[in-house]
Amino acid sequence: MFDLDRWREIFQAISKNKLRTALSGFTIAFAILLFTLLFGIGNGLKHTFEKQFAGDSQNSIYINSGRTTKPYKGLQSGRLIQFRNDDSKFMNEKFEDEIQYFSPNIQRSMQVIYKGEQNRYTIRGVYPDYQPLESAVIQDGRFLSYLDIEKRAKVVAVGRLVEKDLFGSLSAVGKNINMEGISYKVVGVFNDPGGDNDERFIYAPFTTVQGMYKPNDELDYIGLTFNPKLSIDQALAFSNLLTKMLKEKHNVDPRDQAAIRVRNYAEGTKNVKQFMTVLNVIILFIGIGTLIAGIIGISNIMVYIVKERTKELGIRKALGATPKSIIGMIMMESIFVTALAGYSGLMIGVFALKSLGNSLEKYFIINPSVETYVVVGATIILIIAGTIAGYIPAKRAASIKPIVALNDE
Amino acid sequence: MIKIEKLHKSYPMGKDSLHVLKGLDLHIKEGEFVAIMGSSGSGKSTLLNIVGLLDTHDEGNYYLNGQLIENLDEKKAAILRNKFLGFVFQSFNLITYKTAVENVALPLYYQGMGRKERQETALKYLDKVGLKDRANHLPSELSGGEKQRVAIARALVTNPKVVLADEPTGALDSTTSHAVMELLKEINREGMTVFVITHEEDIAEQTDRIVRLRDGIIISDEKVNKKVNA
Repeated sequence: MFDLDRWREIFQAISKNKLRTALSGFTIAFAILLFTLLFGIGNGLKHTFEKQFAGDSQNSIYINSGRTTKPYKGLQSGRLIQFRNDDSKFMNEKFEDEIQYFSPNIQRSMQVIYKGEQNRYTIRGVYPDYQPLESAVIQDGRFLSYLDIEKRAKVVAVGRLVEKDLFGSLSAVGKNINMEGISYKVVGVFNDPGGDNDERFIYAPFTTVQGMYKPNDELDYIGLTFNPKLSIDQALAFSNLLTKMLKEKHNVDPRDQAAIRVRNYAEGTKNVKQFMTVLNVIILFIGIGTLIAGIIGISNIMVYIVKERTKELGIRKALGATPKSIIGMIMMESIFVTALAGYSGLMIGVFALKSLGNSLEKYFIINPSVETYVVVGATIILIIAGTIAGYIPAKRAASIKPIVALNDE
Repeated sequence: MIKIEKLHKSYPMGKDSLHVLKGLDLHIKEGEFVAIMGSSGSGKSTLLNIVGLLDTHDEGNYYLNGQLIENLDEKKAAILRNKFLGFVFQSFNLITYKTAVENVALPLYYQGMGRKERQETALKYLDKVGLKDRANHLPSELSGGEKQRVAIARALVTNPKVVLADEPTGALDSTTSHAVMELLKEINREGMTVFVITHEEDIAEQTDRIVRLRDGIIISDEKVNKKVNA
């Protein structure tokens, strides 16, 4: 129920007792401000770590081959292991459920010319699945399609920086570029959160590149992503099994680390996740500590306020104020002040974090920010704490005999 | 109006207790102007606190306006105080951050009266004590006599049955004391029951009836001469 008269009493008490209002308001505002800043900076740290691992899909697995280092089954060491199309087929058949995206890859460095401009780039022959693998985002045109694969089309998707290097401010889509004497049509331009290197790639259909530059059905390496439904441990088990089976298939000693190399990003992800958990715990700990400090602060101030007002409360009681109205007055005042101060602390904190922006990137803090529900929750906790902290001394003050309160000097 | 029978009150003092009021009998009728006299420690302030429902008694009966006061909780006491009693204190007890008129209006706020009506009523009573022009001053801007007159206006504003004054002139010089007493007399002439506590003989002599207390017992209860024949 909104009682205008009661609010008038409260506003008067607040505005005529500035020191007391400022003290309690400052405590709350400061606690919320600190809370917001600490949380925000903690989140900034988190963002940095997330970004460090944003280059490729976090469930990627890359498989490379090399020379054997151990003799095995009568075969000598130093033998070159070569992946072929049947390796792709073999993996897709064996691990249909575990594999989400899959693409064999052929990589070549080529001189690329468009009109007067030329530069050296890495050309990758891939399947359309390679796009999500690399987390590439099409900004213009399209990526490669299965039709391109089938028709061995001479089309390419180029990185943002390739377009910038060769075409300047013009659009590359629809233009033909010359790659070592053969003309390819640009069908799309992509960008890649992985950074500059990843934006200087040129992707062409796997079949086109294989047919043009590789003898028979050889390929360079394989990239895939595992089904995101797999837990990290399951994913690690999957890649271990995959490694084992590939080694068997190519007659490689199971202990040979060089001939077939499987890089599972899940391993890194696992470490990062653990690190993040620890970071989260630390942030939570600091946050709770700040809140407790704020709660203690507001409790002390409420005790002081009620003590200071004992005589006034005694006068009010002598004039006919009931204990309920005394408690109500003190609590409403404290809730009003803490809510207002909490809100301004929150606003200052959020604004400070906004204006910091990415200026602390050097210190591994990117986009420090807080989720609204966290700070609003913290503010509500402080308001509740302020209310309880106000209630106890208010209750005591209300139950003091007016004669005792009046004699209080 | 106020009827007290065999009233006892003691305060705990560590293990012992201090027996302050030792069986008082007192009957004050409507419209009387009574002074309670006594040196400090005689129990006069305790008596006023009990009469004013600011404190509770241990034994005996107390009737206020015909109503037996017993088992009073804080809420009921607050309502009765607001309705029947007006207080004037030695140290004025005005709320420092409220202006004169706001102080006077405060008891009406606790009666639930509307803001505008409160303001008007409070101004009327301030006018009655001759301080209408000081209505918007804070207590710190008023002299002692003015403060006490504001306090009297506040005591009267709810139109109570009894005005209880605890050493109302204790903090004032003799000229302002006189003015305050004149004001109380005037209120009494209008029919209000006034109950004054004092240790000053010349203050007590301005009332109609003097009750003398010593060591928690009434030692004398007499009408003031000039009024007896009137």
